[in-house]
Amino acid sequence: MHKGTNKKPAETPGIVYFNQTLMTAPYLVWALAFIIIPLLMIFYYGLTDKTGAFTLENVIAITTAQHSKALWLALLLSLISTALCLLLAYPLAMILAKRSVSQQSFIVLIFILPMWMNFLLRTLAWQTLLEKTGVINSVLTFLHLPTLNIINTPAAIILGMVYNFLPFMVLPLYNSLTKIDPNVVNAAYDLGANGTQTFLRVIFPLSIPGVISGITMVFVPALTTFVISNLLGGSKILLIGNVIEQEFTQASNWNLGSGLSIVLMIFIILNMVLTGIFDKNGEGTAL
Amino acid sequence: MSTRLIDLSHITKSYGDNTVLDDMNLYIRENEFLTLLGPSGCGKTTTLRIIGGFEKPDQGVVLFNGQDITNLPPNKRQLNTVFQKYALFPHMTIAENIAFGLKIRGKTKAYINDKIKYALKLVNLDGFENRMPDSLSGGQQQRVAIARAIVNEPKLLLLDEPLGALDLKLRQDMQYELIRLKNELGITFIYVTHDQEEALTMSDTIVVMNQGYIQQIGTPEKIYNEPENAFVADFIGDSNIIASTMIRDELVEILGARFACVDKGFGTDQPVDVVIRPEDVDLVKPGEGTLDGVVTHLIFKGVHYEMEVTANGFEWLVHSTDMFPVGTKVGIRVDPFDIQIMNKPSSEDEEAVALDA
Amino acid sequence: MIKQCAQKVYIGLIFIFMYAPIVTLMVLSFNNSRTRAKWGGFTGKWYAELFSNRSIMQALYNTLLIAVVSAVAATLIGTVATLSISAMRRRSRAVFMSVTNIPMLNAEIVTGISLMLLFITLRVKFGLGTILLSHITFNIPYVILSVMPRMKRLNPSVYEAALDLGASRVQAFFRVVFPDLLPGILSGFLMAFTMSLDDFIITHFTKGPGVDTLSTKIYTEVRKGIKPEMYALSTLIFVTVLILLILVNYTPKSKEKQSSGQNGGSL
Repeated sequence: MHKGTNKKPAETPGIVYFNQTLMTAPYLVWALAFIIIPLLMIFYYGLTDKTGAFTLENVIAITTAQHSKALWLALLLSLISTALCLLLAYPLAMILAKRSVSQQSFIVLIFILPMWMNFLLRTLAWQTLLEKTGVINSVLTFLHLPTLNIINTPAAIILGMVYNFLPFMVLPLYNSLTKIDPNVVNAAYDLGANGTQTFLRVIFPLSIPGVISGITMVFVPALTTFVISNLLGGSKILLIGNVIEQEFTQASNWNLGSGLSIVLMIFIILNMVLTGIFDKNGEGTAL
Repeated sequence: MSTRLIDLSHITKSYGDNTVLDDMNLYIRENEFLTLLGPSGCGKTTTLRIIGGFEKPDQGVVLFNGQDITNLPPNKRQLNTVFQKYALFPHMTIAENIAFGLKIRGKTKAYINDKIKYALKLVNLDGFENRMPDSLSGGQQQRVAIARAIVNEPKLLLLDEPLGALDLKLRQDMQYELIRLKNELGITFIYVTHDQEEALTMSDTIVVMNQGYIQQIGTPEKIYNEPENAFVADFIGDSNIIASTMIRDELVEILGARFACVDKGFGTDQPVDVVIRPEDVDLVKPGEGTLDGVVTHLIFKGVHYEMEVTANGFEWLVHSTDMFPVGTKVGIRVDPFDIQIMNKPSSEDEEAVALDA
Repeated sequence: MIKQCAQKVYIGLIFIFMYAPIVTLMVLSFNNSRTRAKWGGFTGKWYAELFSNRSIMQALYNTLLIAVVSAVAATLIGTVATLSISAMRRRSRAVFMSVTNIPMLNAEIVTGISLMLLFITLRVKFGLGTILLSHITFNIPYVILSVMPRMKRLNPSVYEAALDLGASRVQAFFRVVFPDLLPGILSGFLMAFTMSLDDFIITHFTKGPGVDTLSTKIYTEVRKGIKPEMYALSTLIFVTVLILLILVNYTPKSKEKQSSGQNGGSL
């Protein structure tokens, strides 16, 4: 990493504003101490037992009925909510991107401002809304419609995931859609494509970096959540996040918790690799 | 001549308070190379986008071969556009870009492959089939954009400042390329540019526009030699525009000196504007011309010398292959047919008003 | 027209979806009943009692302290790190960006437990300090990612022009480069502040017993039932931010004029 210090870089000589070593060092040290080493700690704990001897037991523990059920349920729910987020967010991002007027403040209003209300409270509020005698059911009863009984079910967890992570899907989609040159879309129409053809052959393919980025941004937190399942699923539904959290905070079995985290990280790394393939600029479109 | 391909009648278009086109009338004949020329914001691109179907006029009708296409979406129109900055599909290869329109129309694979080969040959890009757009230079991308449009055999090709992003040398090469293409394909071109030289080089007909109005329509020669108003004269090439008085038919008083001219019908003792092109000003020995002056500036321009001659308080711009050093006293003479008389606009508004038929 | 209408309806529905819980919480903050299941009539008493609730006030103080300190530290470290990027080779840059992306792409629970394990191994005492270190860690990438685009857009000739006109390197940087980066730095700071304020998961794993932020306090209260004062506090925070946002959005013209006038005067 500090190969390039002091010496002028060979390709595209950039400007050295200040001493290169002095500038990179603080972050480098920080990243090493608080990003890289802690991650290695997980592998250390995950691959050893309480005495410090090497073992694969903690990782293999994922195959026990209770753990694998939690993992499969987490995978299932997070995949469903990622798909739902994509379905909900894509039309919204299209609408926002099409309006030529600055939509920035609107996006802030819809997605950034809610973050200033504590996320636990916002999720808890869904309890109030979803309960058997809650707000939504009162409205439904008033309209003589069948009531909705999803609180403490996986459906409520999915709703919580979609609610919490929808912004992570909309923002990258919006960014990638606004990057499309309007004349490229016009060119498709000009060459005879109708609305559907233009969408399928031009707009959607060009928005794929945003789609991938959005999927990653939603899938990882949904897969690993323990809060949403805890707040909306009652305490009966355990996702892999809940299992790991309990190992750390209640059972204090850090080795087992780390071992299960390693399994979780395999999925996260798969996800990162996917993003890396599609987002070659390495910038991410999240911000 | 041949039939009208496009007929724009009473086209009006505004964005909010800003009227971009005001009651515009224009027709384009089949097989014509017509250029819409004007400064940015004159409405030329909007006109093109209305013909292409990307904008709907607020009022007026667009006819294509006599049929009303005003409300027809772009994908149903028998014309294609070459966009400013090319607008190639960045996620498709060159071949896929060119094949796009043909695939949409459900042509066979063999037909499409033949067409790709033919089109790439036509624009001198054989062998580029599998390259991606971003690996091509600006000039090459430009030619792909043209190839992508013409494989669909449109009756009309719209070109929106297609050479604007290219450097000078490439631009000149591409001008000849475009003329060759036009002649080989035998289709109608509508070309938008703000570059007067480009317009003069390529067009059959030039439409000079300003502030949403057509200023003059004519052949390049006519636009250059007989500008109808000061805007056109000023926009096309260098010119001396001098406020003068029309004494009577075929006689005009410029800066106090009387010049013979060929124009008639401006009345007697009427204020007019006179346009004289710098290369039409002949410098002679003092006393032998109509006016006497002194050379105040001299620049060597390659093919000619550019001089400024101060005579009767006006700085005349003169292009000549003869060199007169600064300080030389000279006489100024202008041939009667090189003096172009124009009505003076009576107000700012009228200056911009349409002069079309 | 129909399409336009449908679009508006769609945006409206998403808006309701995002704001229904927020409105619910606001309503609950005026609910004269200790449980959220019943409406006990309108009251403003939770707002009054809020300020005399020691533990909530302490949690609020902790939350704000952590957010401010971690955002400032992350902004400093992140900005300096981003500056060095312009002179990096492509490969160093790729490594730099990958490291930066880890906390962004990694699951919060993994980041949380990894830091927890680190602190356990080093026998660091859990408390405000460990929370701060963790928050700085996950805040730095937000700063880097918002300064980076500005950095990329920077025209190097501007810096060189300043040097050419006689400025020293430091002067050239602070008078020419820094003002250009400032919007990115500020938005990075705000982003970091917001993220720190809203964080629960990482704080959950790195806090010590007895130390609480608003998030962790709410989480422990979930079983017992949330104190209505908490609804009142969140409503206050939310409304404050909303008002600030409105002020910032609706007075940019006059502000710009003022600041440009001031700049003109000081130069």
